[in-house]
Amino acid sequence: MSSRDFILNKIRQACVSEPTSPPTVPFFHTSSDRIVEKFQKSLEMMGGDILPKGEKDPYEFVKTKLASAKIICPVVPEIVGNCPLTEYTTPASLQNVDYGVIRASFGVAETGSICLTDQNLLINTLGYLPQHLIILLDPTQIVENLHDAYARPEWKQVHYAALHSGPSATADIEGVLIRGAQGVRSLSVFFD
Amino acid sequence: MINLQDEAQPKGAKIRGNKPVDQLEAANRFIAASAHQKMHDQRLWDLRKKRDAQMHLIPEWEELRDLASEIKNHTLDFLADYLEEFERNATANGVHVHWAKDAQESNQIISDILKQHDAKTLVKSKSMLGEECCLRQHLEQDGVKVIETDLGERIQQLDHEDPSHVVVPAVHKTRTDVSKVFEKTLNAQKGNNDVHYLAEVQRETTRPYILNADAGMTGGNFLVAETGAVVVCTNEGNADLSANTPPLHIVTVGIEKIIPKMEHLAVFIRLLSRSALGSPITQYTSYFRGPRKDGEMHVVLVDNGRSTRLANKTFKPGLKCIRCGACMNTCPVFRRSGGLSYGSVYAGPIGLILSPGYNTHKYRNLPFASTLNGSCTNVCPVKINLHEQIFAWRETLAKDNELSLSKRVIMKTLGQLFASPRMYRTAIQTGDRALKYLPHFMVYNRLNSWGRQRDIPSTPKETFHSWYAKNYQKKEKRDE
Ligand code: SF4
Repeated sequence: MSSRDFILNKIRQACVSEPTSPPTVPFFHTSSDRIVEKFQKSLEMMGGDILPKGEKDPYEFVKTKLASAKIICPVVPEIVGNCPLTEYTTPASLQNVDYGVIRASFGVAETGSICLTDQNLLINTLGYLPQHLIILLDPTQIVENLHDAYARPEWKQVHYAALHSGPSATADIEGVLIRGAQGVRSLSVFFD
Repeated sequence: MINLQDEAQPKGAKIRGNKPVDQLEAANRFIAASAHQKMHDQRLWDLRKKRDAQMHLIPEWEELRDLASEIKNHTLDFLADYLEEFERNATANGVHVHWAKDAQESNQIISDILKQHDAKTLVKSKSMLGEECCLRQHLEQDGVKVIETDLGERIQQLDHEDPSHVVVPAVHKTRTDVSKVFEKTLNAQKGNNDVHYLAEVQRETTRPYILNADAGMTGGNFLVAETGAVVVCTNEGNADLSANTPPLHIVTVGIEKIIPKMEHLAVFIRLLSRSALGSPITQYTSYFRGPRKDGEMHVVLVDNGRSTRLANKTFKPGLKCIRCGACMNTCPVFRRSGGLSYGSVYAGPIGLILSPGYNTHKYRNLPFASTLNGSCTNVCPVKINLHEQIFAWRETLAKDNELSLSKRVIMKTLGQLFASPRMYRTAIQTGDRALKYLPHFMVYNRLNSWGRQRDIPSTPKETFHSWYAKNYQKKEKRDE
């Protein structure tokens, strides 16, 4: 008998229950008022920040951030960079990128998270190997909580997705909080 | 008291083959390192307080715990069906699914996948299942270089120690302890114990391994049957790096980690980090549903004793555990004795009920490392009846003759005493002498290490029995 059948048989012998359906989960909505404000507050708590819109050019603050960076890898048409992704780009080669600029699929107000899928990232390591990330997010794509987030269609379409809630962090040594553990050192969101 | 940064780190329990682990002996050494013990206690209590603060922010908290518990109960009842559903969906997405009866088979499957790809280096994100199976040791014997990428886990790897906690593996170490390890192993500056510096040293020294690794490995916090996906929660982003940089991604996960649908995932993600670290969510909550372009993904579903536990009504609820560590953070014994004192992969309250299931004789002392105060049960996000199971283990051990000699002698003497009400009453009524000495002798003697750190309540001047006899039996007589 294969291990698979051995395990499944053993489990089936252990469980003889009347068929039931799994519990259904309510959405626990409270109010969708000021959802963008709530998102901002949660994101800041997780160590991320929001880039304001500029007066004449809305992307002014994004561009200021990028001004001193050597290698910029945007995968959005709104921002110009100098490290285009091609079919030859390998995941590891993104290690020298200073800034990645990516559009998120959606945001979650409860936790200040943004969802980056393999379709947003093109190469998944773009979400982790650059030193910093700038994320473009359409504020109408912010949902109230994680129940809404997991009801989104993306999860059944992509092969990879992650909820990013601020930059990478660790508190493994004496509980001291460090931003920029293994992944990015900073994460800024820009609403457009 | 000695300065925290000057005090040497107390080491964990001494492991002598299959001999019962002496948790108490190791705990006493931890307590004796008073500065370490105090830091440890404070740090974990801080996590517990943060958890409470988060809990109060969520009005539906208790409802979420009920749901989480119900979802897990339901899933365990239909585990085989959900595992098959997961396998079907994952396979359809292009994932290779493997099944392993035990640790050895799991290690072999992983070895074989690595061999097929001629993989010599593996970057790995933290996995308690990997620890449970001694995977790293196995692969290293096979000539594969394994690098842990989680900071806490890397510290423990470099110091040749096991993780002392499921969420914060190096929580028992000070910054100086870490600095000493990094100085020896990573060529860090001598005496530099700045935490930012130390974290940066790890980042810079681990990165080249990640970039050049042949394979990456992660554990799995949840498997979603409906979509065939693996969900991993980390703060450092190391799971995403390990899985997305090398061409080969291997997942090793216990069969009990499965849940039916995406809607259920929301419940657990809302509870997990809030219970673990008191943060609303981990920095990264990652979802692997299929291999990436030009990549390959394997999932190894590991039983290793889980299906046996499933058949045991009393200990089955232990399979609901989502490894948040909240029960450890709140446990007064864990906070004061340090995770390494348990000498087992899983420490603290959850360790007390899981470990004897793996090896009853070796871990027979663990179920006694609890005050049965029930705090663990109160904080557990999936409502595992931890303290009841700890108690059940004590009964099981007594039945199976797995109590140590000292426990047997005390239980027998006290048992005889309690079994005879008259003998018991005489014993405590024999006036000052017996009152003072008898319970004292019973509790504070060399046989009972329990009593050493504890005080029994002082005996009442008058026993209930004699008070009742005086006031009521007389009265009852009068009333007749
Ligand atoms: S037993 Fe409960 S509290 Fe303890 S680690 Fe598991 S889920 Fe968390």
